[in-house]
Amino acid sequence: MDPTIAELSERIRSAAAQKQPLRLRGSGSKDFYGYALEGEPLDGRAYAGVVCYEPTELVITARGGTPLAQIERTLTDGNQMLACEPPHFGPGATLGGCVAAGFSGPRRAASGSVRDFVLGVKILDGQGEVLSFGGQVMKNVAGFDLSRVMAGSCGTLGLILEVSLKVLPRPEQELSLRFEMDEAGAIEAVNRWAGQPLPISASCFADGALTLRLSGSALGLAAARKRLGGSPIEDAAGFWESVREQRLAAFASGALWRLSIHPTTPPLNLPGRQVIEWNGALRWLATEAPAAVLFSAARNAGGHATRFRGGRPATPVMQLEPRMLALQRKLKAALDPQGIFGPHRLHADF
Amino acid sequence: MGKPEIVQPAPPVRVDTSTLVQQLGAVLPQGGLLHQTEDLKPYECDGLTAYRTVPMAVALPEDEAQVQAVMRICHAARVPVVARGAGTGLSGGAMPNAQGVTLGLSKMKRILEIDPLARTARVQPGVRNLAISDAAAAFGLYYAPDPSSQIACSIGGNVAENSGGVHCLKYGLTVHNILKLRVVTVEGEVLEIGSDGLDAPGYDLLALLIGSEGLLGVVTEITVKLLPMPVKAQVVLAAFDSVFKAGDAVANVIAAGIVPAGLEMMDQLATRAVEAFVHAGYPLEAQAILLCESDGTEEEVAAEIDKISRVMRGSGAIEIRLSRDEAERLKFWSGRKSAFPAVGRILPDYFCMDGTIPRKRLGEVLEGIARLSTEFNLACPNVFHAGDGNLHPLIMFDANDDDQLQRAIRFGSRILNLCIEVGGTITGEHGVGVEKINEMCVQFRPAELAAFRAVKAAFDPDGLLNPGKAVPTLHRCAEFGLMHVHRGQEKFPDLPRF
Repeated sequence: MDPTIAELSERIRSAAAQKQPLRLRGSGSKDFYGYALEGEPLDGRAYAGVVCYEPTELVITARGGTPLAQIERTLTDGNQMLACEPPHFGPGATLGGCVAAGFSGPRRAASGSVRDFVLGVKILDGQGEVLSFGGQVMKNVAGFDLSRVMAGSCGTLGLILEVSLKVLPRPEQELSLRFEMDEAGAIEAVNRWAGQPLPISASCFADGALTLRLSGSALGLAAARKRLGGSPIEDAAGFWESVREQRLAAFASGALWRLSIHPTTPPLNLPGRQVIEWNGALRWLATEAPAAVLFSAARNAGGHATRFRGGRPATPVMQLEPRMLALQRKLKAALDPQGIFGPHRLHADF
Repeated sequence: MGKPEIVQPAPPVRVDTSTLVQQLGAVLPQGGLLHQTEDLKPYECDGLTAYRTVPMAVALPEDEAQVQAVMRICHAARVPVVARGAGTGLSGGAMPNAQGVTLGLSKMKRILEIDPLARTARVQPGVRNLAISDAAAAFGLYYAPDPSSQIACSIGGNVAENSGGVHCLKYGLTVHNILKLRVVTVEGEVLEIGSDGLDAPGYDLLALLIGSEGLLGVVTEITVKLLPMPVKAQVVLAAFDSVFKAGDAVANVIAAGIVPAGLEMMDQLATRAVEAFVHAGYPLEAQAILLCESDGTEEEVAAEIDKISRVMRGSGAIEIRLSRDEAERLKFWSGRKSAFPAVGRILPDYFCMDGTIPRKRLGEVLEGIARLSTEFNLACPNVFHAGDGNLHPLIMFDANDDDQLQRAIRFGSRILNLCIEVGGTITGEHGVGVEKINEMCVQFRPAELAAFRAVKAAFDPDGLLNPGKAVPTLHRCAEFGLMHVHRGQEKFPDLPRF
């Protein structure tokens, strides 16, 4: 066994024996998210490096501690990318943290989420045992898909040692167009366009303007632009990065709530500032509105609300209905029977 | 591959057949419960016909409330339940349990809603895969995953197996195209998993449920993602004088930054079998042919087809044809889509294997299969979802000849072992079912199988849902291991060591 894995495994074994909680972490760039940060930190960054990357296989396999920036540089050299466009939220973001948080960026509605691109994982479970699920191939239905369940589990099911992700070629060209319109018009337009064969790879509505990003061949983009109209924006790459990393001014005030809802839901008319992504399916609200109002607005719109950043620590982060809560608690116990990984991190009740 | 007679671990049943029939009859409509032997016969197997068992009864509910009622009765009586869609599965996932109830969802076949603006369809599990796209076509939309059985297979079965298809390199598997499920638990409770948005709070149970082969719950409603129909699709047919060159061409297409809508390979045996059957005009002298499809807008397709043709030529194709119109495109595909029936016409039976391998190992795996074909003296044409590395060797045999059947089973097992050896998996899209249950013991270590069983227990502590499928018991793996030791062989005696 690799000495670093052996050491991490031993830490977990002894924590499990003493029922001592461990807080699995990389650089801590996403510590702002979720419930409590309980337990002794167990830093996975010592286990780092790209294990295997062959562009013609459309797969990268790397260790969990590898900096996300290094993964992106490696892929750029192969003219490929992580198509889920994950946010970093800090200079030290790691691959393991990216998968554990499961946050996807502007390209998500067009290309898929972090979970969608996970092909396989190697983890240390709650007993310090190395487990492998999935693999490095595109299609694999042998056994339950526990590799995808790791995405978004916030380090509460296992320490991610290694991940294989499907990658995609970088688009030949990109073009971003801006349309002045009101919120209702933008929601309607962006959904209508998403139902047509147009190469739209991202959308963002904020402060009275809808911005679309088109990705594809030069010919394809020219034809789409003719159909859509709009005005090209300057520094498009910088704009989409500021959406992804939540540096737009609209993200800044108050607690930031994330409402993941039915895409065609009309304007929510809630107090605060708003950024809309994913063709209307993701609405960020920087608001002082009470949690109950936000939870119920999201539920009524077929989705759910999460307190993403800021706000009072006592305010709930998410809501799970009782039957779902019971099942999720059992799933955690299946992989972490002693309950040592990030207790009360994903949910206050487990 | 598995032997059907030893995969029936039945939990202790607390009820006799007549009491159960009476209880189930009371909650199901007229004709919704089958229990006479002659009525049960059609349900004795799925698409894997070599494995057959007659169930105790077949329940055919018409709505979710009836599914709940059936589950409550079976749960109280500790009776195993095997959910079944259209019965087209190829791994025996819907093979009945002799002491159990088969829960057929074929009567739940309504398309409940199509939301063209949100690009979703809400359907019942018995709806046929293709019926969704047919209904969505009026809005310029379609459901992307297209298993070759799509005219017959049900969306509920697709969810259970995480089915793929010809277009999944670009458009994903079932798991990438489902937004929400309603699931009835083993206790008869309803759970909603996923949401009308793009995610749900907490752990991603949608990923866990999809492909769980009926072991975790019974799906009663599915919300699928619909995509805009491409304006145009065109196919390049390229012929090669060696499978290695064809394999290199696949890598070169990807290296050129292209993700084709479909990328399929057939070897010479498959091409010849198919050509005699459908007359698609395939070049018969080629060792392998590739079908590479581009879809999108007129402009995008024109540019991509040009690029693909150049790559094929540069990779040493001996012949290249472009589909000139939609009719010719469909003709090119007709051969690939008829590969299974074409092979079935030559010999009465075949096992369709489903291993997935890293694409770069294709040449050596095909060589390995050719060696095994000689060793077992059974023909084995190969069709291949080349874009995503999913190989379908078709082992041809006559099941009336027991020796051939036994050789075919051993041949299949060796192919799966070969796939694991090169870093692949035993099943890319057909599922484990009963067929590949033994090979699960090769692909996964005991600790991983224990994790699967712990997950199973979180949903179904008594093991009533589809027992004996998909996840082997440690006991079974031990027996399988002993079998190998007993023969005094090493695990992979015929494999070159890389």
